[in-house]
Amino acid sequence: MTEFEILGNKDTRSGFGEGLAELGRANENVVALCADLTGSLKMDAFQKENPERFFQVGIAEANMISLAAGMTIGGKIPFTGTFANFSTGRVYDQIRQSVAYSRKNVKICASHAGLTLGEDGATHQILEDIGMMKMLPNMTVIVPADHNQTKQATIAIAAHEGPVYLRFGRPVMPIFVKPDAKFIIGKADVLTEGTDVTIIACGHLVWKSIEALKALEEAGISVELINMHTIKPLDIDAIMKSVGKTGCVVTAEEHMLNGGLGDSVAQFLSRTSPVPQEYVAVNDTFGESGTPMELMTKYGIDTQDVVNAVHKVLARKNA
Amino acid sequence: METTALQHIASQVRRDIVRMVAGVNSGHPGGSLGCTDFLTLLYFDQLHHDAENFTMDGIGQDLFFLSNGHISPVWYSVLARAGYFPVNELGTFRKLSTRLQGHPSTDKKLPGIRMASGSLGQGLSVAIGAAQVKRLNKDNHLVYCLHGDGELQEGQIWEAAMYASARKVDNVIATIDCNGRQIDGDVDDVISLGDLHAKWAAFGWEVLTMDGHNFTDMKNTLAKAKSLCGHGKPVVILMKTEMGQGVDYMMGSHKWHGVAPNPAQLEDALGQLEETLGDY
Repeated sequence: MTEFEILGNKDTRSGFGEGLAELGRANENVVALCADLTGSLKMDAFQKENPERFFQVGIAEANMISLAAGMTIGGKIPFTGTFANFSTGRVYDQIRQSVAYSRKNVKICASHAGLTLGEDGATHQILEDIGMMKMLPNMTVIVPADHNQTKQATIAIAAHEGPVYLRFGRPVMPIFVKPDAKFIIGKADVLTEGTDVTIIACGHLVWKSIEALKALEEAGISVELINMHTIKPLDIDAIMKSVGKTGCVVTAEEHMLNGGLGDSVAQFLSRTSPVPQEYVAVNDTFGESGTPMELMTKYGIDTQDVVNAVHKVLARKNA
Repeated sequence: METTALQHIASQVRRDIVRMVAGVNSGHPGGSLGCTDFLTLLYFDQLHHDAENFTMDGIGQDLFFLSNGHISPVWYSVLARAGYFPVNELGTFRKLSTRLQGHPSTDKKLPGIRMASGSLGQGLSVAIGAAQVKRLNKDNHLVYCLHGDGELQEGQIWEAAMYASARKVDNVIATIDCNGRQIDGDVDDVISLGDLHAKWAAFGWEVLTMDGHNFTDMKNTLAKAKSLCGHGKPVVILMKTEMGQGVDYMMGSHKWHGVAPNPAQLEDALGQLEETLGDY
């Protein structure tokens, strides 16, 4: 039985906050902007240690994104922080023109993504952001899996020249990525090797997939689990290598089925080597108020949904 | 630079504008002609810049951002005439594979341009961000930006205006092209801006006014604007202009905002504009 050591329990946004604080100490060109959510984004440490490089913009996200684009002129590396909803949908045009098209070195850091924002409800639970961001030319899209990986990704994107969308969340979840792991943009982590089915997951669904491993392995299924933390550029080599062995794939994400990770995987496979694919994702519906875990269950992105999807895809493969 | 020399350049820039838009039967001549005198003065008399050695970061130089990107013809002409790129390239405006996109962009790497613009309302925020970085970099040069008056209907302008005064960004000089026209008609008819002077003042900006076709007045006003920089408040200049200035049939209405002259109209326009520096 594959065992994953739980190294602690923390939210991914705290990983962002810790990574940003480290960057503040190590790189004087890093500046940060926040739209009245400093505590929620865990940007307090950076703010306290670098008051001259922290810009509180108030509740004005459009201004924040364009300010950040302007701040790249003169060599700064701006990190913007607000909820994922206000980081993308609200400011799509600003990102499109002033960041992506103008290829500015802005890091759009988005917390409280997806259903696990919880009780605030659907107005704040964006499930379309990966799709919007990955459609933009020049944009890199990263969805780290846990606290440690979010910290590592935060530090890694400062060294990457160009626009980045970094998506993370609110709930406290188990930590399983080693604190000294190396984060490479565009290089997926193969968490378990297997031969029957490939599970490709991102964000909180990586842990849900790890939880699903127990039931699947008890059923005698050999699972290759891939943490696809970078949605764009997609690690197509990892997909090819794995699906070449298993011949079927389940994708799992806290995002709309349309436009998400599964969509990217399917697009790639359909053009190279189509195989049966099942999706664990939210299917064309808004969320609602509830606890994060209640919502994951209700909207079909929980552990059991991963298990069910594997059985379904295996039945198709073996039909 | 003397007024007569500036007028000399501006006449050629106006010829470039009408020839560029007529050449592709598209583009925005009205606002371009209206801002010709201002941009000529800015690039040939006011900005501390290095046309031959353009850098994206512009450290040790003044920066300019065009927020109302649709008046790209005037900007391209002024940049070319100032030496940023070959004047002959003006003939590629809006044509396939050109660096002179319909609206300014950075992806084709045209020297002089630091940010794409066209979708309105973003350039003030961009300029303010760049100005704050000048302060961080201990670079005492200024950041200029230009906006249309119709553009002030965009809410982001006022987010930026509030932010700049709250953060005491006092190294930015914004200019508003107050021609009173926009695509659908007079600004007052489309959606009135009300008392613009009072609005900017209420947002905490130093507010100046000038005649955008009087070089002496513009020089004096820009000198005053520069003297106000560094005193804790951002500066805005409300610049009165005439859309279509210099071509009689384009003046007096909004109709030439985004329409190109036909060949006969082009001849008429060129007959009103002296060729001073040689056509491209």
